Amino acid sequence: MIKFLTKGILRDRSRSLFPVLVVMLAVAMIIFFQGFMNGTLNGMFLDSAVVSTGHVKIMTRAYKEESQLLPNDLALLETKQLVDKVSQDYPNHFWTPRITFGGLLDVPDENGETKAQGPVFALGIDFFSSGSRQIEIWKLERRLVGGRLPENGSEALLSASLARKLGLSLGETVTLIGSTMYNAFTTYNFTVVGTFKLNLGPLDRQMMLVDISGARLALDMEGAASSVLGYANSLFYDDTVAVALRQQYNKINSDTTDIFSPIMVALRDSNQMGVMVDWMNAASGIIVGVFLVIAMIVLWNMGLMNGLRRYGEIGMRLAIGESKGQVYRSMIMESVIIGFIGTVFGTAMGLGLTYYMQEVGLDYSAAMESLGSSEFIFSNVFYAQVTPELYYIGFMPGVLATVLGTMLAGRAIYKREMAQLFKELET
Amino acid sequence: MEQNIVIKIKNLTKRFPVGGDYFTALQDVDLTLNEGEFTGLVGPSGSGKTTLLNIIGGLDSPSKGQVSVLAQALNDTTHKERAQLRRENMGFIFQSYNLLPVYTVFENVELPLILNKIDSQERRQKVAQAIEWVGLSDKTNSRPAMLSGGECQRTAIARAIVHQPALVLADEPTANLDAENSHHIMKIMVQLNQELSTSFVFATHDEKIMAYLRRIIHLNDGQITKDEKIDNPKSAA
Repeated sequence: MIKFLTKGILRDRSRSLFPVLVVMLAVAMIIFFQGFMNGTLNGMFLDSAVVSTGHVKIMTRAYKEESQLLPNDLALLETKQLVDKVSQDYPNHFWTPRITFGGLLDVPDENGETKAQGPVFALGIDFFSSGSRQIEIWKLERRLVGGRLPENGSEALLSASLARKLGLSLGETVTLIGSTMYNAFTTYNFTVVGTFKLNLGPLDRQMMLVDISGARLALDMEGAASSVLGYANSLFYDDTVAVALRQQYNKINSDTTDIFSPIMVALRDSNQMGVMVDWMNAASGIIVGVFLVIAMIVLWNMGLMNGLRRYGEIGMRLAIGESKGQVYRSMIMESVIIGFIGTVFGTAMGLGLTYYMQEVGLDYSAAMESLGSSEFIFSNVFYAQVTPELYYIGFMPGVLATVLGTMLAGRAIYKREMAQLFKELET
Repeated sequence: MEQNIVIKIKNLTKRFPVGGDYFTALQDVDLTLNEGEFTGLVGPSGSGKTTLLNIIGGLDSPSKGQVSVLAQALNDTTHKERAQLRRENMGFIFQSYNLLPVYTVFENVELPLILNKIDSQERRQKVAQAIEWVGLSDKTNSRPAMLSGGECQRTAIARAIVHQPALVLADEPTANLDAENSHHIMKIMVQLNQELSTSFVFATHDEKIMAYLRRIIHLNDGQITKDEKIDNPKSAA
């Protein structure tokens, strides 16, 4: 009988191809939508995390209180030991020291006189340690618009807009004028080897990236760092995990009586990001939930209509001796198969689209210009993100809704007298 | 003799709810049909003949009275038992053929045998034989859309008799056919009735069919008004 029914399903496109296509498209849309929401939200969080907050960040309690002033005189010391310890204690995250500093960038002419000058917001990043993922998370290979990545501590990357503003060419030397962690005056030369465009609104305008070894030399911060940033290995920000980690770390390591003891903050603790995280999670949940419900109603309805359309066939099968249970079970089995096949193809299609959008992204540069004065770090390009739940989320509407619709339609087999099914058949 | 009785009905009443009231489709029907009979339930529309046929087939249940088919009291059987009775011992022929459009003639005829779990080799033989009985051997692999109305109904007959049931119930089997096809269909059924000793019960108001019937039960307003034996029907020829 299974072979007989399979033959029928394969031949009857209105029972196979059309429902499979509907399920496939609905599932693909759900997955792509969820993936795009994931990617966009996590992209926003990750951009903030990469540039300033990390998923979690360790600094001294004193630095935390004055963090807006970039007070490197309150920096963490002996950061190598700290990074080694947290890497061992929290292996689901990777940890990296960071020096955040500001200053004046001076561009000399061929006679050593100032040709151009401007303020700079600079980051000393650990590019060169073995296993460092900084180039990956900064997406520097993609964001580099000229030149190359630094190869030693005296080389720097400048944002393309800052380089343009200062009239800099690749290979030229710039002098950082600032203060050391001991509040002494310092000047340090960096060679500009590349320019980048982060597509992060206002941040791009005056940013310089150097290796942390160069920053340490420039600011006399040997072994020190403004902060140690931690990122989930998956790069996916999970607020619950970050908050739990923060609580656990601070309970063990932070001493409220010592202003130089380390304290961990989560991404949500910085720059009103907590409101953003809560709002985004709620909005994402509602939007995806509504979309999921709509898709489930469509697929439920399809299952229902598919069942109703076959009352005649059901009546005939009952007449020639199939039991109600056999007919009902075969209808459900059919819808399970259709739902499963449609969901598998839909999942593949949805993941494919999501992966494509994860790699290519959607450029919103023009719209982001209007947010130029925002305090939040917004990406100009929205990327989707393939996350583990995308592999199974489609099965809920794809299989469950289709089967439930068929089950509802099939109730008629039990509710009605068989003779009634014949009447419907003959009209 | 009792063992030759195929259908025995006593005091059958069937009422359908209509709005807040009831419509009586059959009232106090008593009827006995013996093995091998070629019988017609005849009457105008609404007289209750299709309802009676459905009750005999176990597709509908009586409101009152006793119905026994092939020695089984339908009132006392479960739905599963009635399905088994239909599967093994009954065949149905419908006015609108009710063939499954995506299957070939062979596959449509094969379905009752699949339900009866007949092995594939025996199935092939029985289907081929049934198709030959109705004269459609050259259409074995055709689908219903490629057949004429007469050929569709012959396929439906083959499906009804392929498992050689004791009883075939036919509801207006010629209503959608022209005169020539109607006669052809009836001749096939007469032949099967005689060769297989299968009992046939028709619900009809088609004059062409009546000429073949050996017994005509007249129904009017849900009651049997006349039970007539025909001395020289075409089926006797």
